[in-house]
Amino acid sequence: MNDRMQEVRDEGAIRATTLPPGWDEGVDLEADAATIPDPADVEVPDQLRAEIERLMRLYPDRHSATLPALGAAQKVHGWCSDEAIRQVAAVMQVTPAYLSSVATFYDMLRTERPARAYVYVCTSVACHVRNARRVYEALAEEAEAQGVADDVDLREFECLGACDMAPMASFDGRYVGPLSVEDAPAVIRQVKNGETVMPGRGLEDPGYTVPPQAQQEDGRAEHPKFEPAGGAWPETADVDPPPAEGPPPHRPDPTEPLAPGTSFAGEDADPFTHDVLERDEDEEEGE
Amino acid sequence: MNETRVLLANIDEPDLNTIAVYERLGGYKAMRKALVDMDPAGVLHELEESGLRGRGGAGFSMGKKASFIPKGEMDKYLCCNADESEPGTFKDRLLMQKNPHLLVEGCIIGSIAAGANKGFIFIRGEYELQADILDAAVAQAYEKGYLGERILDSDHTFDLVVHRGKGAYICGEETGLLDALEGKRGNPRLKPPFPANQGLYQGPTLINNVETLCNAPAIIENGADWFKQWGEGNSTGTKIVSVSGNVQRPGNYEIPLGVSVRDIIYGLAGGPPEGRDVKCFFPGGSSAPVLTKEHLDLPYTFEAMAEAGSMLGSGAIIVVDDSEPLVPLALRLAEFYRHESCGKCVPCREGTNWTVKMLERIDEGEGTPMDLDILDQVQGNIMGNCLCVLGDSMAMPVSSMLKHFRPEFEMHMETARARRDLQELEPLGAPELASVPEAGQV
Repeated sequence: MNDRMQEVRDEGAIRATTLPPGWDEGVDLEADAATIPDPADVEVPDQLRAEIERLMRLYPDRHSATLPALGAAQKVHGWCSDEAIRQVAAVMQVTPAYLSSVATFYDMLRTERPARAYVYVCTSVACHVRNARRVYEALAEEAEAQGVADDVDLREFECLGACDMAPMASFDGRYVGPLSVEDAPAVIRQVKNGETVMPGRGLEDPGYTVPPQAQQEDGRAEHPKFEPAGGAWPETADVDPPPAEGPPPHRPDPTEPLAPGTSFAGEDADPFTHDVLERDEDEEEGE
Repeated sequence: MNETRVLLANIDEPDLNTIAVYERLGGYKAMRKALVDMDPAGVLHELEESGLRGRGGAGFSMGKKASFIPKGEMDKYLCCNADESEPGTFKDRLLMQKNPHLLVEGCIIGSIAAGANKGFIFIRGEYELQADILDAAVAQAYEKGYLGERILDSDHTFDLVVHRGKGAYICGEETGLLDALEGKRGNPRLKPPFPANQGLYQGPTLINNVETLCNAPAIIENGADWFKQWGEGNSTGTKIVSVSGNVQRPGNYEIPLGVSVRDIIYGLAGGPPEGRDVKCFFPGGSSAPVLTKEHLDLPYTFEAMAEAGSMLGSGAIIVVDDSEPLVPLALRLAEFYRHESCGKCVPCREGTNWTVKMLERIDEGEGTPMDLDILDQVQGNIMGNCLCVLGDSMAMPVSSMLKHFRPEFEMHMETARARRDLQELEPLGAPELASVPEAGQV
């Protein structure tokens, strides 16, 4: 989906490198640098102008309004297009270059024409250990199958701060979770039709608890013994903490790191080619 | 074990986000007390005396930080760091969504202590719902006269603005946050000068996390000694821990500092799914070095976590159970920091990039035994060599995983290599691929 990046493969390289668009385009050295636009030349929608002016009044320094102003322009234009940036520059009286430098830094300011809808699947650490990658892959496959892959900005995203509902995704700003691989067809269908995704499972839905499906089993909300704030859990059997001592039997003892440069291939192996002539006993114990 | 709810005492109250309900439950009383019955020095003294330490990650004493703000007539600022982007952390989201007025009151009290007359809540852009709720709360507070000129006819003037970020982890770093608030790219600044002397618009600035400021009203209302009834040593008070990862009941739990980690993970969060065991856990968000199950009985305090070689950080515990291979986890972690590195300092920009490349190589079966040593060395070269701690945030957990689980990394590398070699040899009649386990499943 991410067609912004180009795959480049050097001769002899093991793996392709991805580079941003325009990396090999020359710069027009003849062109004049864009200056602060004359407000009389640029037409700005009244509402946008009013909003940016309101924002600038909030701060001791008008430059502070840059982020919210670009956000407001993005709401009007859908993305930070050249036109949007020119309009903001005209109202704020700064150079377009300054605004682009800011817009390219932040993930939520789009410098490319956006898709119709966005789906950010969090695959950061807490979601990762709860199978988020598989959920993402299922969604991507399903989007391909239902023919909306080019229409929806579906991508892996960094932590969205909702690890209690992991694995989760943000659908145009609406947090939904926990998701499973089985949900993928329904989710993509709802995105495709512009419906609310997984009604009842959004963070802002009234009475949202984590995870709601466990509560619906017998049709009544249960009162768990320990109730995490902001979400109730169904009763589960209390787990007795296991004894603290000893590593699990199938694990090698992690306390003894091997000498630098060695590995399970053994000291006889070539560190570069890893040619191992005979399996040594250490390795078999480790398996 | 049970929770000790102070910050979260009324969190389940319906409509707590409206000023009427919040005041009915005793809200804004502490602000009144601070403005009418106490002087700024008294407020500052009470905060210092309570031993409240920053809840955002660094754990620096809040009162001490506020006392560094120079006295005298000048523009001073208060910034609330609500750019909660650390993977695993979601405590501020809950506080702002359910109880925004507590934060507004905390900001007012913080501003009295620091003598600030202008405040900003820098909230991450992804929290759209929470930012709207905060906006409404601030508007209500203005209507009631709790914000603005001469609050409650005192001399104190304080304006509060909710500023939305636009999605950059680095803006959670205090000086990166200041640059973003000034409308620039969120690059961290060289310290010193520290923000307490030269921060926002070069003026003295007090920066505190949401949870830290939310603690202030109760401390002012009940006194420092009341606050000190919880906790151990220099870790006083209660803390909201966000437990996530492989546990049965992830969520926010408020505990007195000093409870054992085992009680939090097993007692409150239900432990890992049945039949599995804790392999390791991040005690303070994804940038804290991992600890193993041997550390489960440590008390959850700033000191004990530091002694064990990790940190309490933002109080986010991510549990990883023994079914989880560590190399892909380390890789995912490193990818996060590579993406979020602002690119200003070379060790971080290049270090995160090469760490990802090396881990990818190991995961794909192209690693050599030397890679682990080089990986470790690269982490060492990142730590302490940048303007901010973003690079360290990747280097610390990755090198701690390598330290505690080196045999697993080696085994992963070998099995991945074996599979890769066999894949290439298969057309030539090599042994069956199925006889070699998947990397990470050994």
